[in-house]
Amino acid sequence: MADENWKPKIIAIICNWCSYAGADLAGGARIQYPPDIRAIRVMCTGRVDPLFILKAFQDGADGVLVSGCHFGDCHYLEGNYKAAKRMFLLKSVLKNIGLDDKRLRMTFVSASEGAKWGTVMEDVVKTINELGPSPLKEFAR
Amino acid sequence: MAEVKKNEEPRIGVFVCHCGTNIAGSIDVKEVMEYARTLPNVIVADDYQYMCSTPGQNKIAEAIDEQKLTGVVVAACSPRLHEPTFRNATKAGGLNPFRFEMANIREQNSWVHMHQPEEATAKAKDAVRIAVAKASLLEDLVPKSVPVEKAAMVVGGGVGGMQAALDLANAGIKTYLVEKSPTIGGRMSQLDKTFPTLDCSQCILTPKMVDVYRNEGIELLTYTEVEQVEGYIGNFDVTLRKKARGVITPEEAEARGIVGGGCTGCGDCVDVCPVIKPNPFELGMAPRKAIYIYHPQVSPLIYTVDFDACVKCGLCVEACGDKKAVDLEMKDELMNVKVGTVVLATGYDIFPIEKKFEWGYKNYDNVITSLEFERLICASGPTGGHLVRPSDGETPKRVAFVLCAGSRDNTGVGKPYCSRFCCMYSLKHAHQIIEKIPGVVPYIFYMDIRSFGKMYEEFYYRIQDEGAKFIRGRVANILEDPVTKNLHVNAEDTLLGRPIDMEVDMVVLAAAVQPTAETEKTRRLFGVSCSQDGWLLEAHPKLNPCGTTTAGVYLAGVCQGPKDIPDTVAQAEGAASAASIPIHRGEVELEPYFAQCIEEKCAGCGLCVNLCPYSALSLVEKDGRTVMQVTEAKCKGCGTCGGFCPGGAIWMQHFATPQIVAQIDAFLLGGEQ
Repeated sequence: MADENWKPKIIAIICNWCSYAGADLAGGARIQYPPDIRAIRVMCTGRVDPLFILKAFQDGADGVLVSGCHFGDCHYLEGNYKAAKRMFLLKSVLKNIGLDDKRLRMTFVSASEGAKWGTVMEDVVKTINELGPSPLKEFAR
Repeated sequence: MAEVKKNEEPRIGVFVCHCGTNIAGSIDVKEVMEYARTLPNVIVADDYQYMCSTPGQNKIAEAIDEQKLTGVVVAACSPRLHEPTFRNATKAGGLNPFRFEMANIREQNSWVHMHQPEEATAKAKDAVRIAVAKASLLEDLVPKSVPVEKAAMVVGGGVGGMQAALDLANAGIKTYLVEKSPTIGGRMSQLDKTFPTLDCSQCILTPKMVDVYRNEGIELLTYTEVEQVEGYIGNFDVTLRKKARGVITPEEAEARGIVGGGCTGCGDCVDVCPVIKPNPFELGMAPRKAIYIYHPQVSPLIYTVDFDACVKCGLCVEACGDKKAVDLEMKDELMNVKVGTVVLATGYDIFPIEKKFEWGYKNYDNVITSLEFERLICASGPTGGHLVRPSDGETPKRVAFVLCAGSRDNTGVGKPYCSRFCCMYSLKHAHQIIEKIPGVVPYIFYMDIRSFGKMYEEFYYRIQDEGAKFIRGRVANILEDPVTKNLHVNAEDTLLGRPIDMEVDMVVLAAAVQPTAETEKTRRLFGVSCSQDGWLLEAHPKLNPCGTTTAGVYLAGVCQGPKDIPDTVAQAEGAASAASIPIHRGEVELEPYFAQCIEEKCAGCGLCVNLCPYSALSLVEKDGRTVMQVTEAKCKGCGTCGGFCPGGAIWMQHFATPQIVAQIDAFLLGGEQ
């Protein structure tokens, strides 16, 4: 799998109010970042069932990003806290199944942080490139 | 995971937008469209220059009708921009508007991968594939209508808040105007004259203050703060803290059974009060007693006891006599109001310009801020309108005005933005001293003079003609002569290209404005975001400058960003108009992203009940077993319950588990491996 043509497949599940808006702002400002991430919009990171992330890894994702509002800024008061707790726990699950927990990342990008979204994109792609293809890739259906 | 709630065979139409060259400039739109035709369930795919145009929208409606589509995908800009447009187009074609899904190939693709056309095109194909997967599983949804409380609240009693409250009340809406200080009027009441007309600020403001006070539709709540906010558009439940004022109004006296009592504003209490404090309205340049009013034109004319300073000697109670207006045992009171919409007009603070230590504010007596200048030049101010040097009380003959003091400052100390009204009021200050002090010379140190408003540029020329001297250059530092207390202003005259060391009698710093210290608290109370510089964030900088991302909360004035009085009043009228719309309509539609319980899967464990921040979920007995029940009016659709249910028994409408899993699968398992 680890051929030289390998391009990372990274999925981002991001909240409508902060990170999705921040990503839109990055677009408006024409901030350029690597094109390896595909975003799925949910209303709140609280919606992110840990099973979604396990499913993504099972499907061969090389990395998963969950991005929401800053603490205290959640459009739904506290969904991002709950998401952060779940992601924290999920990281230990990933470690237990032999997956580097750096493949899952949670970030907090507000609606006014277009530049930060660009930095996050750079950073996530860099991390996954360093880690290489997911070892689960060959088991993907 | 929950099963798919549908029996029909999906028939999806995909429409790819060029957006001129915005998308087509880096994405091969034709290739994306051809690719869409190869995807499962896609019956028809098309592309168009501008999908949001009428012909573009018609394409959608016609395809729905002709091809009997069950779902629509538009690959174009952000759903945050045009989702409503295409939902309407979907509806026009006879399909439920929630059968629409958008693929963002502009903000999150063509604009951010401008120099990688191949990768951008590949990403667009993935986005379309992901969207088609979701569209294939979308179901009909009906928005829920909720009634709107026929009342509004305005937070902040400055000129913006007053205007918004007046407009709302005059439109027949019961309006609560909440102001944290003892009087309405705000910053504008501290100003002497206003540019460029040179109207006396108080003269144009006090009639409005009186209007607000007299308006039967406005319940004026001064010395009151917002404590807690619950609910949503149409039904905000607000807890207010009425701070203990120590003085009762005639109405309150009547309620207490004191005939002819209550504060009449006579001021007898002030004469006897032994405590002297600096008056914050005069920026500490004048004294005030522990029982006080800010200035003679306050509204309402009710005295206030500063309980932090009061020694409770009781002399004021004695002086008040039979009116029994002073109550030194008064405690804060909480009150609840229900409102449909809210306007925030919380204003600004002055940047603490002493942080720019090189200009010596607070170290050198004769370096003052523009707001202090306003009080000194104001006839009702501490010096009766005579501009004097704080060091010796002499009248200054050479006055330097330093513009962009803390504004347009990229050193990290000041603010990067332009404070927008300092140029104009500094021109006005120059005019005022020329008018009042014979032989005075104002020196204006500027970077650029920004006189952009109506009659502003003409005003600038007028001040030039009156004899103000303009020096283009930022002031490097100011040094004080320890003997004369005169100041040496060091700058570079960038037009002549030479350094200057100018001796002046007084320096006025046009200090930047910044968000108030309470902004953070306010925005968290109301769930409003702030922009990078800390001002409250509007819903859209151009197309929705009064709205916020929280439905039913609107912005007016400087709390949204620096602006002068005309712009503040204009925005306030806009915000009031926006805030009145849901109230006059009488109901608002909530997006139907509610949680639903799949009862056959629910084990009644109740974990979700505690997760819900809105108490929308509860456990009920049904057919002999315990299941969860959703109160739709309370559910806001965040999905926090749906993300946790161990049995997969919560169906999040429009963001259902099978729909999201289909998106994940479509990206990772569909397409080229």
